[in-house]
Amino acid sequence: MNPNFQGTSVAETDLLQLLARHGAEPQALVQILRELQELHGWLPRDVLKRVADALGLTLAQVEGAAGFYRFLHMAPVGTYRVLFSDNVTDRMLGSVALMDDLCRRLGVAPGRLGEDGLVSVDRTSCTGLCDQGPALLVNHHHVVTRLDATRVAQLAGLIRAHVPVSQWPAEWFEVRDNIRRADVLMGEPSAPGAALAAALARGADEMLAEIKRSNLRGRGGAGFATGLKWELCRRSPGVGRVVVCNADEGEPGTFKDRVLLSRRADAVFEGMTLAAHIVGARRGLLYLRGEYRYLLEPLLAVLQRRRDTRLLGPSILGREGFDFDIAIHVGAGAYVCGEESSLIESLEGKRGTPRIRPPFPAEHGYRGLPTIVNNVETFCAVGHIALQGGAWWAGIGTPQSSGTKVHSVSGDCERPGVYEYPFGTRIGRILEDCGARDTQAVQVGGPSGVCLSAFEFGRRIAFEDVPTAGAFMVFDRSRDMFEVARGFAHFFAHESCGFCTPCRVGTALVVKRMDKLAAGHGSRHDIDVLFELDKLMHTATHCGLGATACNPLRDTILKFRPAYERHLKSLYFEPGFDLDAELSVARRMTGRHDAGAYLENPP
Amino acid sequence: MTDTADTTGPSFSLDGEDVAFNPGETVLRAATRAGRYIPHLCWHPDFAAHGSCRLCIVKVNGRAGAACTLRAAPGLDVQSNTEELNAHRKTLLQMLFVEGNHFCPSCEKSGNCLLQATAYEMGMEGPHFEEFYPDRPVDASHPDILLDLNRCILCELCVKASHDIDGKNVFEIGGHGIGTHLLVNSDSGRLADTAMTLTDRAASICPVGVILPKRRGFLIPIGERRFDTASVSEQANRGQS
Repeated sequence: MNPNFQGTSVAETDLLQLLARHGAEPQALVQILRELQELHGWLPRDVLKRVADALGLTLAQVEGAAGFYRFLHMAPVGTYRVLFSDNVTDRMLGSVALMDDLCRRLGVAPGRLGEDGLVSVDRTSCTGLCDQGPALLVNHHHVVTRLDATRVAQLAGLIRAHVPVSQWPAEWFEVRDNIRRADVLMGEPSAPGAALAAALARGADEMLAEIKRSNLRGRGGAGFATGLKWELCRRSPGVGRVVVCNADEGEPGTFKDRVLLSRRADAVFEGMTLAAHIVGARRGLLYLRGEYRYLLEPLLAVLQRRRDTRLLGPSILGREGFDFDIAIHVGAGAYVCGEESSLIESLEGKRGTPRIRPPFPAEHGYRGLPTIVNNVETFCAVGHIALQGGAWWAGIGTPQSSGTKVHSVSGDCERPGVYEYPFGTRIGRILEDCGARDTQAVQVGGPSGVCLSAFEFGRRIAFEDVPTAGAFMVFDRSRDMFEVARGFAHFFAHESCGFCTPCRVGTALVVKRMDKLAAGHGSRHDIDVLFELDKLMHTATHCGLGATACNPLRDTILKFRPAYERHLKSLYFEPGFDLDAELSVARRMTGRHDAGAYLENPP
Repeated sequence: MTDTADTTGPSFSLDGEDVAFNPGETVLRAATRAGRYIPHLCWHPDFAAHGSCRLCIVKVNGRAGAACTLRAAPGLDVQSNTEELNAHRKTLLQMLFVEGNHFCPSCEKSGNCLLQATAYEMGMEGPHFEEFYPDRPVDASHPDILLDLNRCILCELCVKASHDIDGKNVFEIGGHGIGTHLLVNSDSGRLADTAMTLTDRAASICPVGVILPKRRGFLIPIGERRFDTASVSEQANRGQS
């Protein structure tokens, strides 16, 4: 626990040490703020001012960056900051009631700091523990999995007794890998350095040719050809190139990168090193989502081991001139930073707003340098291609979607966890393997992906059929698909970066409509408005987040319309506000409770 | 912008008519120079494109994009003045109106306001959506300049003008999502404690009624203001962007 939590200022020595460690670089702003907050609990304005002065930034620039990230606080949030993961899978496992229970036991309102300044309890976007939820995050660092009423009661007791998080029961923090089906990536790992040695033996040109031969496409969702991206970067003029691994796994329902980073970290770093060899990079960065902060120390240990064995650093594997190292940047809670240009902005210490493209990162990326950004899983794959050849990889899966794909399976099934299959696998096959029964729908690829109903379970996972970034959330017939979509609508509104009009206002308007329907005040007109918003956002937004924000809505309205109509008060017009509710205060003051005081709904 | 492109140079098609462009120009810049109106709010010819308001959305070979960031290329078939895109523009305007607190009848900027003029241009007759009625501050601390954030549309033109031209960095953007807002760079967060003056470019760049000079209210009567005499598209056609 932090001794100086409630103070107004950070110790001068702490601040100076921190700044010295980061070389007082403005690019390190988000890292500096994150680490300052770890020391101090929150970010007072006088501290922001000192950071600004030290980095040569304005106070407003620092304030602008701090205010962008959900995990940075410019007001006290308590000695304990408890965030319940708010993915639909957590809610299906009872997180809403558990959070209410914890708030009641601690005597705090959700999102509000208690008067004693001890604790605040709130919700956060999916923490990537859907296979062992409900989950929560404490002080933006530790995760507690498999919550139940007993755990919540004990947790309340420990917080009230001011017991430091480090002394809480160790089994609470246990994160299971739950690997249910392994293929190439989750199978037996090769020895660290083996793939790199194979790549060096092939030479950079031939290795790039192998990647292109493999038809490997990016695993982050968009499916851009990896070999082509690397070739573009390699050809871009400029001194110094950068390899970035996107481990900002924010798509709700996705947790396969968590498992890859826990179990196959060597393969991830080896893939990055291999990429550096091909594109000619000396610098590597891994953007670790803030929710995975607990993975930082294990990952740093792997990096150090690789340096010690000459798999990183100067003259890798004894090859003169092959110098490459990797640093880890920890995110601070922003889904949009999974978009590669936002991720680069964030790496540069700024607000994670998507850039105008072109130019693309391969030409103009981190600090203007040619940069490749690839997903954790993509980097894992390239090591296997180095060892076994592009033709071998291209022979797995389908002609347009080569290789295997790792899925994060959660929701209504007996065996949630990580499943790896070759591309081309039927949805129904995955449902059978995970023990799903009476399945109504599957959300593939997370909220920005596609919602499939039972008649589509014969479709296949592939870029040309059902593309996915890795989430596979199962809903049985007891679930209200309207509520599922409403949860996703809240997620997108919460995570909109706020830059462009259609996403900033559109996601908020969608939430208003969905909440209105949920409250029983909706009409068919509201559904028409939702369609209209969907069409606009698909056409007009600045980036992919906004463009896909209405996907779950559109899919569920089209495929599960009765779920919506159950919430309609009337199939015809219903006013935007409830006049009786608006007049209730006046009626209370005047003591009018007679039938004549009401429009049509006397209590 | 008064210079004209070489008539033998490259051109693209905008709603079926050729528009000449200089290499490297965007569709919106070339169109503006040619006196062709594409609705926009956050774009200004003196500054780099921002791309946030999305009013200048056009379709090129069926694909949507913002004309302010879209690089002109020979032979592009750009659709702008279509029923579909104008409907989208009207919705975007309605979004901006309900997001902030815009009461045109009592606003000093009425008649000089690009948001209001563009809404008239797109035939917007009402807000369509429910108003958000956000609680936003008015900063009257500065002796000469009023800052009414109720009307901010986050175009960032003041941020750019203060940074690029005035060299003062008075403004920044803070927050996220629907809570995104304009920040004033001073220890107190108030405009009075910045170096801003009335002669700054940032003091006159605001397309809406956020940054206003004090003690000049209604100096120009309603009816004689910029957009009272000619609509925003008529002015664009005359080369007044």
